[in-house]
Amino acid sequence: MSTSAATARAEGWLMRGAQAMLAPVLAVALAMVVGDLLILTYGESPATVYRLLLEGTWGNWYGFGQVLYKTMTLTCTGLAFAYAGRAGLFNVGAEGQLAAGGFAAALLGLWLPAATPAVLAVLLCISAAMAAGGAAGAIPGVLRARFGASEVIVTIMLNFVLLAMLNYAVASHLSVPETLHTEVMRAGFVPRLGGTFAVFAGSAANWTIVVAIVAAVFAWWKLFRTRSGYELRAVGLQPDAAEYGGISVPRTWLRAMVWSGAFAGLGGINFVLGYKHYYEEGFAAGSGFLGIAVALVGRNHPLGIVMSALLFATLSQGGLAVNALVPKQLVDILQAVVILAVATAVPEVQRLLRKSVAGLSRRASSEAGA
Amino acid sequence: MRHVSKQFGAVQANRDVTLEVASGEIHALVGENGAGKSTLMHILSGLHTPSSGEIEVLGRDVTGWDTRAAIDTGVGMVHQHFMLVPTLTVAENLVLGREPTRGVQLDEARAVADVRALAERTGLRVDATRTVAELSVGEAQRVEILKVLYRGARILILDEPTAVLSPPEVEELWTVLRGLRAQGDTIIIITHKLDEVVAISDAITVMRDGRSIARFATAETTPREIARAMVGRDVALALDAAPSAAASAAASAAASAAAPVRASATVAAALEVRNLSVRSDRGPRVIEQLSFAVQPGEIFGIAGVEGNGQTELLEVLAGLRRADGGSVHLGAADVSLLSVRARSDAGLSHIPEDRHRRGLVLDYSVAENLLLGRQHHFASSSGSLDRDKIASHAELQVKTFDIRPPDASLPARSLSGGNQQKIVIAREMGRAFTVLLAAQPTRGVDVGAIEFIHAQLRAARDAGKGVLLVSADLAEVLALSDRIAVMYEGQFVLVQPASQCSAEQLGPYMTGAEREVAL
Repeated sequence: MSTSAATARAEGWLMRGAQAMLAPVLAVALAMVVGDLLILTYGESPATVYRLLLEGTWGNWYGFGQVLYKTMTLTCTGLAFAYAGRAGLFNVGAEGQLAAGGFAAALLGLWLPAATPAVLAVLLCISAAMAAGGAAGAIPGVLRARFGASEVIVTIMLNFVLLAMLNYAVASHLSVPETLHTEVMRAGFVPRLGGTFAVFAGSAANWTIVVAIVAAVFAWWKLFRTRSGYELRAVGLQPDAAEYGGISVPRTWLRAMVWSGAFAGLGGINFVLGYKHYYEEGFAAGSGFLGIAVALVGRNHPLGIVMSALLFATLSQGGLAVNALVPKQLVDILQAVVILAVATAVPEVQRLLRKSVAGLSRRASSEAGA
Repeated sequence: MRHVSKQFGAVQANRDVTLEVASGEIHALVGENGAGKSTLMHILSGLHTPSSGEIEVLGRDVTGWDTRAAIDTGVGMVHQHFMLVPTLTVAENLVLGREPTRGVQLDEARAVADVRALAERTGLRVDATRTVAELSVGEAQRVEILKVLYRGARILILDEPTAVLSPPEVEELWTVLRGLRAQGDTIIIITHKLDEVVAISDAITVMRDGRSIARFATAETTPREIARAMVGRDVALALDAAPSAAASAAASAAASAAAPVRASATVAAALEVRNLSVRSDRGPRVIEQLSFAVQPGEIFGIAGVEGNGQTELLEVLAGLRRADGGSVHLGAADVSLLSVRARSDAGLSHIPEDRHRRGLVLDYSVAENLLLGRQHHFASSSGSLDRDKIASHAELQVKTFDIRPPDASLPARSLSGGNQQKIVIAREMGRAFTVLLAAQPTRGVDVGAIEFIHAQLRAARDAGKGVLLVSADLAEVLALSDRIAVMYEGQFVLVQPASQCSAEQLGPYMTGAEREVAL
């Protein structure tokens, strides 16, 4: 009896998983067809280009290491978008939150004495990255919860503000002359994978990838296995029903934005703690925005996001691999096709878009009325 | 329509349905929620194509036509949810899609004149120059009907037109429909309210489980026979319940003789409201200095046309809206400043009036919905949810309250209206509570579920709970309540034992024609 119930549950999981995968898989297939046509217009053979793309990413350890490196950041920014998205919010500010996280980690690493025990230093730097990202997320969170300001607009604008402030701080006060980066940190190093597995030698891949996966599992647990996740998703699906259920909608929004920012900030440790050990202007430019696409294709589910981050990292690394034959912008087009196809197919995405558009127009009309 | 079937994926919405409507008659299509009435009408109006079967309109085979062809032939559907542009005027809404023009400009004057002429001819009076946002629900519905008529419809399909109307508005609608019939139009009305069927229709087709079960001539049948065909067994109707309610009212009248004694012994009322004032979202006060008490073991019914402050009153009592003055007491405790959650923990249960907006998270499973508002009782101190407890709680509630299908992992959205309401009832009544706020507890619910919900409310009363019932359905208030208040413009204009109330007597109070504050 109980075993058959367990089998049924496992089957249910598989069914749901297969259904969830359907749209992204079809989207990738569609993107490949479009890619074929583009490659043909360049007079190259699609088979050659795709083989090169795979060889340059999954075909050798260095390439795979680079894919893993990019996966780390994209997982974090994807989680950031999804976590806010589950609460019905559109966090477009991962770009700034990510930079803030990296900056805070680097600053703490510079300040800590070199003799700090390695584990402690790393933990402190991770906390600093999350705290800084969370603080950056709290600003739109408070403005939304307290004053009803659109988090879409606030997060977009805050990207410019944060990046400009960080760039000013680095360029004017902290940079090594002739560069755009700070001094090398004294403590808080995360070893590269190449140090443990010689095959990865030379690649930027480092052990922070494990932190990202732990973060994804944590986000999944928090969203689907805890009371606060239950309340957060209820607010995202039906704020009126959540309110009726004794849930404070503004407070939930604020909490969601803080966690969202913290996930984005965590992405900053990849470059800072695991790779270069300093903060550099534009160290992961674009990863914040690409996180939106990662979350959409991963259907706002933490485990889907890990897979989707792997896909986007592969495409982005693959672009470099095929650059000799076709322009690497080809891969940008493939990414765009994947995003568009998934965005049209996935119901959650449609609902989220509809909601934010409706919210904006409602706000606009109420302002016009006032 | 002959032998029509329609399949949506694995769901067979219609099987071998036959519907025959004579021209110039008002035909009622009745059945419980999920019986396939709306699907059938969507097929007739061209929104869906049937999987099999044939459709003939005015002697012509039109199987599988589209909405445009349907409109051109004169078949028009008035949907349950209004499809109007709120910022446009009535005239602009009506002509939308076929605007009279002067050059490239909209000929506003002609549109208004056209609409006025049509309104005059049909008796659907509404000011053509006002914007739809300013209209009452009843007026908006008239605009919907006018819109269909404007497009030349001679066969009108109305999907549950009275769900949003007050009793006087329903009467007006009947007058309009009879007028249209007199002009030779054919009307199909979807409903599950038996009194309406009897009041308005010439013939009836009953649907159950996607099949057409029976066809009656209204003059030759009884509500009981119709109800039996709808549900497939005998049901206790609210009409039948009236005598027993009168009996229980008599009993409580005897009890109310003892009420002063109770009061002097300072036994607290289950729920007491003192000098409550409430503002609406727009600013003005909608409730002014309202005081009343609900005793333990009593159903206190509030009758009245919707929009007279009932919604705001319930929101204040539940803690969802801030009062502008006055206090709310639960037993001996003043809960005026407590949150929704604290009031719930203090023993307040609440069946909200709009289950789709407030009562349920439609994309959550039945099990997840069964803990909404109680989620803190299902979590450990670390904040993780106790999944075994949630599952066993859900299994028990699904069984106790007969929620169908009996699978708590289904999303609430996939259940029928009656079963969705049972989820809310199970959650709010399947736990310890002292006061129940029941707002429109049977709205949009089929006959079988109404019977069940009424029995639950009576059982709660008999178990000594205080029940505050708010319903736009006067028959329901009369059948269940021990005492009845009529609410008009934020005031109780009448409060008296249910045994002394009748629909005829309450009507004038509901419309504000009479008032007698007996507090």
